[in-house]
Amino acid sequence: MTSAEKFSGRHIGPDEAGRCAMLEALGLASLDDLVARAVPASIRSDRELNLPRALSEPDALRVLGSLASENRVLRSFIGQGYYNCHTPAVIVRNLFENPAWYTAYTPYQPEISQGRLEALLVFQTVVCDLTGMEIANASMLDEPTAAAEAMALAARVTKSRSRRFFVDAECHPQTVEVVRTRAKAAGIELVVGSHEDPVSSEIFGALLQYPGTRGELRDLREPIRKAKERGAVVTVACDLLALCLVAPPGELGADIAIGSAQRFGVPPGYGGPHAGFLATRDAHKRMMPGRLVGETLDAAGARAYRLALQTREQHIRREKATSNICTAQVLLAVIAAMYAVYHGPEGLAAIARRVHRLAVALGDGLEGSGFGLAFDAFFDTLCVRAGTRTKEILESARQRGYNLREIDAQTIGISLDETARPEDVEEIRKAFGIPGVLADIEPVAQRIPESLRRRTPYLTHPVFRRHRSETGMMRYLRALADKDLALDRAMIPLGSCTMKLNAAAGMMPVSWEGFAQIHPFAPPEQARGYARLIRELEAWLAEITGYDAVSVQPNAGSQGEFAGLLAIRAWHASRGDGGRDLCLIPHSAHGTNPASAHMAGLRVVEVQCDAEGNVDLADLEKKAAENAETLAVLMVTYPSTHGVFEARIREICEIVHRHGGQVYLDGANLNAMMGLAAPGRFGADVSQLNLHKTFAIPHGGGGPGAGPIAVRAHLAPFLPGRGKVGPVAGAQFGSAGILPISWAYIAMMGAEGLTEASKVAILNANYVAKRLAAHFPVLYTGPGGLVAHECIVDLRPLKETSGIVVDDVAKRLMDFGFHAPTMSFPVPGTLMIEPTESESKEELDRFCEAMIAIREEIRAVEEGRLPREDNPLVNAPHTAAMLLARDWTHPYSREQAAFPLPWVKERKYWPPVARVDHVYGDRHLVCRLA
Amino acid sequence: MSALRMTGDHEWIRMDSADTGTVGITHYAQEQLGDVVFVELPEVGRRVAKGEDVAVIESVKAAAECKAPAAGTVTEVNRALADEPARVNRDPTGAGWFFKLKLDDPGEIEQLMDEDAYKASLTK
Repeated sequence: MTSAEKFSGRHIGPDEAGRCAMLEALGLASLDDLVARAVPASIRSDRELNLPRALSEPDALRVLGSLASENRVLRSFIGQGYYNCHTPAVIVRNLFENPAWYTAYTPYQPEISQGRLEALLVFQTVVCDLTGMEIANASMLDEPTAAAEAMALAARVTKSRSRRFFVDAECHPQTVEVVRTRAKAAGIELVVGSHEDPVSSEIFGALLQYPGTRGELRDLREPIRKAKERGAVVTVACDLLALCLVAPPGELGADIAIGSAQRFGVPPGYGGPHAGFLATRDAHKRMMPGRLVGETLDAAGARAYRLALQTREQHIRREKATSNICTAQVLLAVIAAMYAVYHGPEGLAAIARRVHRLAVALGDGLEGSGFGLAFDAFFDTLCVRAGTRTKEILESARQRGYNLREIDAQTIGISLDETARPEDVEEIRKAFGIPGVLADIEPVAQRIPESLRRRTPYLTHPVFRRHRSETGMMRYLRALADKDLALDRAMIPLGSCTMKLNAAAGMMPVSWEGFAQIHPFAPPEQARGYARLIRELEAWLAEITGYDAVSVQPNAGSQGEFAGLLAIRAWHASRGDGGRDLCLIPHSAHGTNPASAHMAGLRVVEVQCDAEGNVDLADLEKKAAENAETLAVLMVTYPSTHGVFEARIREICEIVHRHGGQVYLDGANLNAMMGLAAPGRFGADVSQLNLHKTFAIPHGGGGPGAGPIAVRAHLAPFLPGRGKVGPVAGAQFGSAGILPISWAYIAMMGAEGLTEASKVAILNANYVAKRLAAHFPVLYTGPGGLVAHECIVDLRPLKETSGIVVDDVAKRLMDFGFHAPTMSFPVPGTLMIEPTESESKEELDRFCEAMIAIREEIRAVEEGRLPREDNPLVNAPHTAAMLLARDWTHPYSREQAAFPLPWVKERKYWPPVARVDHVYGDRHLVCRLA
Repeated sequence: MSALRMTGDHEWIRMDSADTGTVGITHYAQEQLGDVVFVELPEVGRRVAKGEDVAVIESVKAAAECKAPAAGTVTEVNRALADEPARVNRDPTGAGWFFKLKLDDPGEIEQLMDEDAYKASLTK
């Protein structure tokens, strides 16, 4: 392959000249010289990765095409939480496949995220309206996870002292299993039974499903009332399309509503990613899990959006957080929101009515031919008593191109959806041996009981009427995207987030029918392409990390952490050591670590860090020894959250093992190690791999992510959903639909490309550290005075000398067209910069120039040339409206405000709002469109 | 008005009668937290042990617990904080009070710092 054909040459930003110049600036001879100095010899790999030869972009697409064609796309009317749907083409082209949407980060910096924040507020409004609840979050990882989170919410808000949770037997089986996994870890007793009579004793919570998994539409008013009488906080799992026609759970008396927004325009994707949702009563808002978008005002008094009530979350509350979630499912939630905007309430109701009528027509026909329906009242799902003919009918349907659900040996489930046509119903009838064409479906009687019909209007906000033409939707999506700063405009140097290129070649297969339109419960012989892709990906990930086995099930890094900790707990228990329940976590850890540990039922004890930011070995030894009887695990990030290759990581692992614990190595920073060091070989037992960081899945503006876990052989039997530990996500392979992205990345990079990527990631970080060191102190370096793949610059001293704080610098960077680095993590008052391998020297120089120009502005404040209370930093970001105001009263020019460096003018990004007022937003909480 | 007594965790208590005192967080504590956006108050009638978490204070960037400075029973809470949490910042030892506590043993507050000792502890 010539170098022009090499994908690694396209993926890795710096060219030969750029690399040489950066190495020279660092006083290094070569990339290998850099690695020899930066990566401790004790962990360095002594051999090349054993991966297939790198594929060119066209070859990778050809192979992916053949994998997709090995999947057989039948029409799946299986239901069970996953439905076919039609993603409007305007949404596919302008949103789903648009890097302005999919390469954005979680909207922590609200001023440059107004577009997707508005879209998420629309999502929250859709969920609130349809469920009849007062407040909804901005998505959950999937429906079963939302159910598990609802159980945890119930446990927090209940007044009952009971530890018993009731689950309706009519919940989707995967929901029951994921809730069971979570309950077991939390010491909650699960009771599965009939909704008619939840349980005779006290319960703190109950989960009911509406319509039930077999399709029955039950009036839940009485069961909800009874459950509440027994002390329960009641959750209802519901279906957004059904809610267009049936009374919402909020009106039936539920306290919490959960579900999946998948069928609002997101393809099944063999299980994910999809946006789960969770909505509840206003009274419980401070106990809710997940991200929540709210309204507020900006510095000029204009309306703006932001993430609200962040004190609930893991980055502030750590083990006391309401959930361990960081990444959610933003891109998918936005698709669902725009699907609702495009169709509007009338359009959604029309879709729901058509689906219902087809289901009724099919049901009538089946009953007319002697097949019994288990339930008279239903929305879209029929539960057909097929008796001894079950197998034969399922097979006949399959021959005709349809997958139906085998509920049991005697019963078939058929879930119709938006894509179902009268011809499909006729074909299904034929599978049951019923000939003839379907009569006009209009006159059929409704099977939704009078008492359950929806009376209250929904989606009444003007946004649900304004963008119903394709032109209107195209422009709405453009207008929203234009407000945001994503990777398609500039580098996003977020430390610990690895915002690298999400190559188009990896993204394209995601929307191919052969990957997108496979139902997660389709027979395995229809998913052979997926099976091969997943097998290869798991093997490659194991090779790269040095572990022995991989599960791709977890839908995000946080879920991977939970799964990894459960594996460790179950392994201890299998050795008669179930009492080990203590988790050691260094002070510098990401907040998700303690939150996940808490969720896994572990007690958290903190280990100190020394002045260099490394784990204090003496303190570790002391705490491990003191707790040798109960030590379950140490959670440690490597390279450390401080962006340093701690030289003594092997010793750290040895200490923990010596005292009977296991080592959970947080793989968030794996991008520094590909081909250079393998955690599975230097002492760790399990890691989660954030495919949306190291392996090129885009961040989607705050999800999807994928957090596979990799383990050493002894933990392999304890991977999620393999018998010994329950599943942590609804679908066996989690977010299977986006795994082709990581497959493509590894296949196109090959061993050499991946290793080079990590080397260049380290080079880029060290170059930035070197350039900025003369202007800002760089905190923490490792061996050779070098950092790993990210560096922390310290702004704390500036507060004293100028009154300028880290927020001011972050906001001022927006005026230069940059997304701020990670703010105040892991050290308050600092910025953590991770450039990744994808950024060229030119882009790094632009960023450094911006930072240096900002330092000069701070100097002007320090020296009294600009006042502390009126300068370009405290007033940042500057909107066009501020700059065009008739009176300009500031002691610096409009030019300096808007175009602080010559190149800014050429590619100016205009922040749509001024500094967002967080305090106002949290004091006046508004989380839906009104 | 009797004098304030402080805990090492930055709560204050002021005895209003022989056995009942008003509790809040100190000026220093509110300054560290920044703009308070919400205070979760205990239920009236709740029995608390000394050092037990009784209230939660949230700013946009941090959350902290207010602990009971002594064992006792909560007799009243400052409902005005629901609408106006900013009182905690504006007047932490006055209008920003959290709850009133009937002490099991009023003598217990003698173990707490007086204002001077507290101020000295901050500069350590």
